[in-house]
Amino acid sequence: MSILVIAEHDNINLNSATLNTVAAALQIGSDLDLLVAGHDCSSVATAASQVVGVNRILVADSDTLNGQLAENMANLLVSMATEYNHILVSATTFGKNLLPRVSAMLDVSQISDISAIVSEDTFIRPIYAGNAMATVQSSDSKKLITVRVTKFDAASASGGNATINPISVSEDSGLSRYVGLSASESERVELASADIVVSGGRGMQNGDNFAMLEAVADKLGAAVGASRAAVDAGFVPNDYQVGQTGKVIAPDLYIAVGISGAIQHLAGMKDSKVIVAINKDTEAPIFQVADYGLVADLFDAIPELEKAL
Amino acid sequence: MIEYHFRDWLRGDNVKSVTENLSMKVLVGIKRVLDPQVKARVKADQSGIELTHAKMTMNPFCENAVEEAILLKEAGVVEEIVVVSIGVAKAEETLRNALALGADRAILVLTEQILEPLAVAKVLKHIVEKEVPNLVLVGKQAIDDDCNQTGQMLAALLGWPQATFASNIELQDTDATITREVDGGLETINVNLPAVISADLRLNEPRYASLPNVMKAKRKPLDKITLDTLGLNTANRLTTLAVNEPPARAAGIMVATVEELVDKLKNEAKVI
Ligand SMILES: Cc1cc2nc3c(=O)[nH]c(=O)nc-3n(C[C@H](O)[C@H](O)[C@H](O)COP(=O)(O)OP(=O)(O)OC[C@H]3O[C@@H](n4cnc5c(N)ncnc54)[C@H](O)[C@@H]3O)c2cc1C
Ligand SMILES: Nc1ncnc2c1ncn2[C@@H]1O[C@H](COP(=O)(O)O)[C@@H](O)[C@H]1O
Repeated sequence: MSILVIAEHDNINLNSATLNTVAAALQIGSDLDLLVAGHDCSSVATAASQVVGVNRILVADSDTLNGQLAENMANLLVSMATEYNHILVSATTFGKNLLPRVSAMLDVSQISDISAIVSEDTFIRPIYAGNAMATVQSSDSKKLITVRVTKFDAASASGGNATINPISVSEDSGLSRYVGLSASESERVELASADIVVSGGRGMQNGDNFAMLEAVADKLGAAVGASRAAVDAGFVPNDYQVGQTGKVIAPDLYIAVGISGAIQHLAGMKDSKVIVAINKDTEAPIFQVADYGLVADLFDAIPELEKAL
Repeated sequence: MIEYHFRDWLRGDNVKSVTENLSMKVLVGIKRVLDPQVKARVKADQSGIELTHAKMTMNPFCENAVEEAILLKEAGVVEEIVVVSIGVAKAEETLRNALALGADRAILVLTEQILEPLAVAKVLKHIVEKEVPNLVLVGKQAIDDDCNQTGQMLAALLGWPQATFASNIELQDTDATITREVDGGLETINVNLPAVISADLRLNEPRYASLPNVMKAKRKPLDKITLDTLGLNTANRLTTLAVNEPPARAAGIMVATVEELVDKLKNEAKVI
C-alpha cells in the first residue's frame, strides 16, 4: 500500500505541518513518499529527506510551479496518482485549495480534515464546527485526505534517510498566474506551531492595544492570535484569526483575552492543552472551556500579568 | 470539450458567449444549512445531526458569494445573476431569499439525498454547461459538513481555473485578479475567465433583504428540476458510520487574581 504525502513549503523551508501529516500517513502504512513541488526548492528536498519514516522524496522543481498554483499542481498530482492508494496533505489553506481539485480529477470523494484514523479506509472528522465528530468510511479505490494537523504528533524532522528523486513536471496550464504574497511580518513564533498563544478579541478595542498582548507574548515566547471580530475590526491582519474560518491550533497554553468564546472561535482552539480566559463578563461562554478563568478588566489584568511573568 | 444543451426550461435564450464580457453572467451556488447561531445536536441514534424543526438559513459564505454577485451587478460589470441550490424542497426559501437580495433567477435541483461535494460539483457542472456563465461564485465552505471542496471540484470538472478563499475580486474582460486569505497572509493571483471563485467572509458585508424586495422575489423565476432527470451518477462514496459528540473538556476553575493565575500556570499546569 503506497502513500503519498504532499509537502507544504515556501521553496526554502519545510512547513512543520507536513511533519504531522507524515505522522498521520505512517498510521496507515509505511511505504511513504513525500512530494516536494515548487520552484528552486532543493533546500526543502534536503530537509525533507531527513524526516523519519519517509522512503523517497520526489522533487518537482519548475518555474511552472512558482506559487504552487492549484491548476499546475493538480495536473502534476494526477500524473503521479496511479502509484498511490492514499494521498495526504495538511488541512491548511494550501492543502484545502489543492486536494479537492485533484480528487475531482480522479473522481474521488475527498475526506476533509481528519482528526483520527480508524483503519485504512475509515476516518474520523469534525463537522458542524467541531460540534460533532463523524466516522466515515470511503468506498473509493483511492483515498484523498486532508489532515487536521493538531490531532497528530509531528514526525521527527531529523534522523531519516530518504532518497531524493527528481521527477518531471507537466506543462503550464496557462489558466492562472501567481502575482505575490503580502505576508504579515512578525519576529514572533508562527501562530500555527507556537507552544503558547495569546489571543485578543473585540474586547481589545483597537489595534494599538494589541501591544499589551505582544508584551505578554514576548515574555512567554508566544505567538499572538485573534478572534474574527478583532480581525474584521481591523485590529490585526487576517492570518491572526483562530477558528472555524481561520487557523486551527492546539498549543500547550492558549490565553484568550476579551474573547467571548463563540462556537466558531472554539472550533479553532479547544484542543489546546491548557486554556486561560480573561474576560470581564462572568457569563462569557469561553469560561466553559477554560481550565483557568479570571473575571477581570483586561486593561488591568494584562499589564499586571506582564509584570508578574 | 463542453457540450451545450440550450433547453427552454432553463431559459436558454439568455445564454451569452463567454467572450462578451461587458455583460457578464454569474452563477452562484447556495447551500441551505443549520443556522450558525443554533447549536448542532447529535441524534440519539448517532446517525447525524437533529435537523427536524431546526432553524435553517443560507450558508454564511454563500451570503458573501451572493453579495459579491450583487455588487458586481451594481457596478455594471454583471448583467444577470443566477442562483442554484441542490437540496430539499424547502431550499426554495433560501433561493427566494437570494432573489430578494438581488439575484435575477433561481434553479432548484430537488433531491432528498445528502450529496457529497463531488456530486454537488457534478450537478453544478451540468447547470454551468447549460447556463454558460462567465463566473461561478460559491462559498468557501459549508458550515455543516465543513468540507471546503465544492468550488475546487467544480473548477476541476470544468477545466477552469479556481480562486479560493477570496477577500477581494477585480474582474477584467478576460481575466480576474483575486486576493486570497491564506495562512501566510494575503496572496494575489490572476486567473483566466471563466473561473470558479470561492468567497471568504471578509469579501464583503452581506446586506439584508428589504420587505418590498422579499415581496418582489416571490414573482422572480425559479425553475425546479429533480435530480434524477439529470442522469448523473451522484452516488455517495462515503458512508457515515456514526456521528458522536466530541469529548467534553474537564471543568476548569476560576482564579481570583493575576497572581493566582501565574502561580497555577507555573506550579499546577506547568506550562510556563
Ligand atoms: C460562518 C462563521 C464563521 C466564523 N468563523 C470564526 C472564526 O474562525 N474565528 C472567530 O473567532 N470567530 C468566527 N466567527 C464569529 C463568531 O461567531 C463571533 O462573532 C466572534 O468569535 C466574536 O469575537 P469576540 O469574542 O472577539 O467578540 P465578542 O463576542 O464581541 O466578545 C468580546 C468579549 O470581550 C469581553 N470584553 C470586552 N471588554 C473587555 C474588557 N475591558 N476586559 C475584559 N473583557 C472584555 C466581553 O465581555 C466579550 O465577552 C464566525 C462566524 C460565522 C457565522
Ligand atoms: N447542495 C448545494 N447546493 C448548492 N451549492 C452548494 C451545495 N453544497 C455546497 N455548495 C456550494 O459549495 C460551497 C462549499 O461547500 P462544501 O464544499 O460542502 O464545504 C458552498 O458554500 C456552496 O456555495
